[in-house]
Amino acid sequence: MEIKPDIVHDATGTYCPIPITELAKVMKKAEKGQIVELLADDEGALQDVPAWCQTTGNEYLGYKEEDGVYHFYVRKV
Amino acid sequence: MKRKAVALYSGGLDSTLAIKLIQNQGIDVLAVHFYTGFCITETKRRRGEKKEDGSHYMNPALKYAAKYGFPLEIVDISDGYMDVILNPKYGYGANINPCIDCRIYMFKKAREIMEEIGADFVISGEVLGQRPKSQKSIPLKIIERDSGLEGLILRPLSAKRLPPTVPEIKGWVDREKLEGIVGRSRKRQLQLAKELGIDEFESPAGGCCYLTDENYAYKYKETLQVEGKITQEDLTLFTVGRHFRLDSGTKVIVSRNEGENNFLYGFAKRYHFFEPLGKGPVAIAKPLHSDYLDEDEKQIIANIIARYSKTVDGKIDVKYNNEEIITGIPFDDETLNQWRISLWKSNQT
Repeated sequence: MEIKPDIVHDATGTYCPIPITELAKVMKKAEKGQIVELLADDEGALQDVPAWCQTTGNEYLGYKEEDGVYHFYVRKV
Repeated sequence: MKRKAVALYSGGLDSTLAIKLIQNQGIDVLAVHFYTGFCITETKRRRGEKKEDGSHYMNPALKYAAKYGFPLEIVDISDGYMDVILNPKYGYGANINPCIDCRIYMFKKAREIMEEIGADFVISGEVLGQRPKSQKSIPLKIIERDSGLEGLILRPLSAKRLPPTVPEIKGWVDREKLEGIVGRSRKRQLQLAKELGIDEFESPAGGCCYLTDENYAYKYKETLQVEGKITQEDLTLFTVGRHFRLDSGTKVIVSRNEGENNFLYGFAKRYHFFEPLGKGPVAIAKPLHSDYLDEDEKQIIANIIARYSKTVDGKIDVKYNNEEIITGIPFDDETLNQWRISLWKSNQT
């Protein structure tokens, strides 16, 4: 999966719900259609990020894992 | 004109029902969940704890908003929340939960969001007479007044037992379709859950807040009593590890697992730091009256670590501040317990 993000935000080292509150702050600043890449190492974010997208209507594009860090991709709707 | 409401949302059954009742009256509801910094799920995640089925503990607001299709915002209010904890105008609840002040603070934040998005009122799942401290009728009025939301807080589960609010008076919401629940019985809520198709929910007790946890409260009160103050860092550290108070007043925190080990590494430079040369927990220590630990204390801490470590020939070497090696010999539990800060111990004496 090769996705080019417009904004990258690093939330590694934090745990639920901080990666989500961070994502929410970044998404607020993003413009419609932009893609945000969120880095997190809280494994539970695998559940949280898709759930958050569901509750906010933003588009969850998926994730990849590199060296224990999850890279989530979300498009602002 | 379609009306909008902001809902305080914990993810618990009551706030879920409150949202459903209002949504069913054609109101747009935005659920907001506030992160205060005292979140039990956060600690469980940090420790790497999982549920029996292997899934992760999840923030209940996020979980149930997704399940039941509510728009949700999770908002970090931890910055100003510290002051609410340390200086509650209306005092503490059963543990250290400053319930009334906490509600006022959250409703103020909800009011800001209400104004920002152009919503008309705020709803919450509070039930009259359900909890001993914050939710009797007089505090509810104080909460409304101090948060600047007089007449604008609708509590759908107890509405019929409370004075009509602006949304009811103006006819945005039909009061007759709201509930009149009072007291601690959950019977009507469970019946309502069935009627509204809420088939899964968190257990009502506990929730995600440390401040209502009696073990947390015990550590808080102990530190306040011995040290005379609480810092923001203390509030975080109360959620981690086993806590000991040595005779001189030095506080020692020993991790319980790898997740906590990693967490305490973050404090290594600012605290006295102990790390076993082998399999075992790390520890941090904070002297009360000076910046230094004496030799006896260092030995005691090494022996405490040894108690929880895999020893070889009944001992383990412990590195102190990257400066020296101390050989720890495990204490027996009786010796250890004299310094342990625990609610369990206080109940025994």
